[in-house]
Amino acid sequence: MTEFLQHLVNGLSVGTIYALIALGYTMVYGVLKLINFAHGDVYMVGAFAGLYVARGIGVDAEPSIFKAGIVFVGSILICAALGVLIERFAYRPLRQRARLTALITAIGVSFLLEYGFQLPPIINGEVPFPPGPTPRFFPEPFARVDFEPLGVHISNYDLVSLIVAVGFMFALQYIVYRTKFGTAMRAVSFDAGVAGLMGVNVNRVIVWTFALGSGLAAAAAILVAGSRPSINPLLGLLPGIKAFVAAVFGGIGNVQGAMVGGLVLGLAEEYVAGYLLSSYRDGIAFALLIIILLLRPEGLFGRVRAEKV
Amino acid sequence: MPRTLTILLRSVLPFLIGIPILWAFNGELSSSADIILMVAGINVILAVSLNVVNGFTGQFSIGHAGFMAVGAYTASKITVATNSLEIVGLPTDVSNQLIFFLALVAGMVMAALMGLLVGMPSLRLRGDYLAIVTLGFNEIIRVIIENTEFLGQATGISGLPRRSNLIWVGIGVIATITMARRLVGSTHGRALLAIREDEVAAEAMGVDTTGYKVRAFVISSAFAGLAGGLLVHLIQLCTPRSFTFVKSIEVVVMVVLGGMGSVTGSIVAALVLTFALEGLRDAQQYRMVMYSILLIVLMLTRPEGLFGTREIWDWLPKLRKRTST
Repeated sequence: MTEFLQHLVNGLSVGTIYALIALGYTMVYGVLKLINFAHGDVYMVGAFAGLYVARGIGVDAEPSIFKAGIVFVGSILICAALGVLIERFAYRPLRQRARLTALITAIGVSFLLEYGFQLPPIINGEVPFPPGPTPRFFPEPFARVDFEPLGVHISNYDLVSLIVAVGFMFALQYIVYRTKFGTAMRAVSFDAGVAGLMGVNVNRVIVWTFALGSGLAAAAAILVAGSRPSINPLLGLLPGIKAFVAAVFGGIGNVQGAMVGGLVLGLAEEYVAGYLLSSYRDGIAFALLIIILLLRPEGLFGRVRAEKV
Repeated sequence: MPRTLTILLRSVLPFLIGIPILWAFNGELSSSADIILMVAGINVILAVSLNVVNGFTGQFSIGHAGFMAVGAYTASKITVATNSLEIVGLPTDVSNQLIFFLALVAGMVMAALMGLLVGMPSLRLRGDYLAIVTLGFNEIIRVIIENTEFLGQATGISGLPRRSNLIWVGIGVIATITMARRLVGSTHGRALLAIREDEVAAEAMGVDTTGYKVRAFVISSAFAGLAGGLLVHLIQLCTPRSFTFVKSIEVVVMVVLGGMGSVTGSIVAALVLTFALEGLRDAQQYRMVMYSILLIVLMLTRPEGLFGTREIWDWLPKLRKRTST
């Protein structure tokens, strides 16, 4: 029973992270019909941005909640800016082209971030930029407290990340379904051309969507880096792909779907790895992906769309 | 000429011309030039075979390295198991080469089967979903290899005999190119091109789209398996690290650079990238940055690649009657 609960806690904490990243995928896919392959690498940049900010304000010396907040917000802002840049220079010029072109570009951007961050440093500092391939340690932003209700091991980091992640999800839900911007976003997602004719500034909506999605990825990265402090330039690869699986599972383009997908994937990984095949953890996401695509390609909450010529 | 004879000649002639040339060059080059040439040849096999799926059929597969791995592991298991074996009545050398040939063929067959297994369900999907599934397959293969003791887990299989030589790689290259050219001119090939141009319309015209896509996928996987077998018997080491997602992307870059749908384009791109990036071998990280920048710039400026869907001789209309494609 204890083991079961422990897996539940771990699964939820991983699952919420997947869900946060998946939200970015789903929103971008919703408005652009583009699998933003680089999203996982924006997540990686988020972790490093947090590291630079943390070093800049000296989190190691005296950690505090206030500084943790600065690291968090700073990393989100940096990644939002990065997302906007990527959209502006890599994806916008291709918007009218075939979807494959954009997909290939996205793969290119992803590789550029991954391997660009592994290059020998140009700016030498306490932590050089680019940081190079060696793993770096993310400083603990505040003191860790462990407690064990019912023998289940939980730390305050787990709790904070769970609360923050769920809070972000509800905030996003509110933005998408209750605000004017959200309405515009859904309109662009439904039909960008018509939305433009109705007076929606399509470009602005897309830019903000990228900023929002990338910011969420950065938030996820900081939450993860706080509890698993080793970060490296290839860190975004697997979470990126898994979050995509989560998004597809829930029906890509669907906000609730991404959340549910993330949680399901996190729990599935944790339970399968815990009880059956521990070393196959990374394969589970793909197996799940293949199953869902075969049984219900539109995803759990997706709607079937007729094929148009 | 009678039609069957023409077909026979077109399929066999490349080998009849190519093999003697390869024979003449084999052992004549310095060993480093030899190796670069073989790597280039293997890349040509990979690029041309991936082009059958990505270029001709217009599907987007990014898991080519997974099929390479299947072929490579099958072939290396066979050569290791038969290392001390000799076929009765043949000199050691000939017997070794014959076993190597059989191992390569077995690798191709296994890769083709795997292609069938992956292709049947996933080729009902379109565009970017197929990309993700093939990527997923690539990763699953890697996870399986790293967890299977029989396949040497993460360390892989070492101590393979050096069986790949210029002749084998050359024959592989000729076979791949001949296959691709013969395919694209055939009825089958025209069905593939129809699927590329408009899948729904092709379906409406009675083309069995899934069937043709699966067949193209199987053929492409088989040749990826061949390339895998040749590669591991060149570097004498078979590890999962050689067949990661990164390798798949390298091949995708070659196909995209050369032009989706152009066989000569793929060949040129594979050769250019191999030789141009050979100088950067010591600095692996710059290599990948180059690849990614190349992809982005190419998509922004010339998304159809250098050659588009044209072949080299399409620019020389006087020399060849334009009957096909």
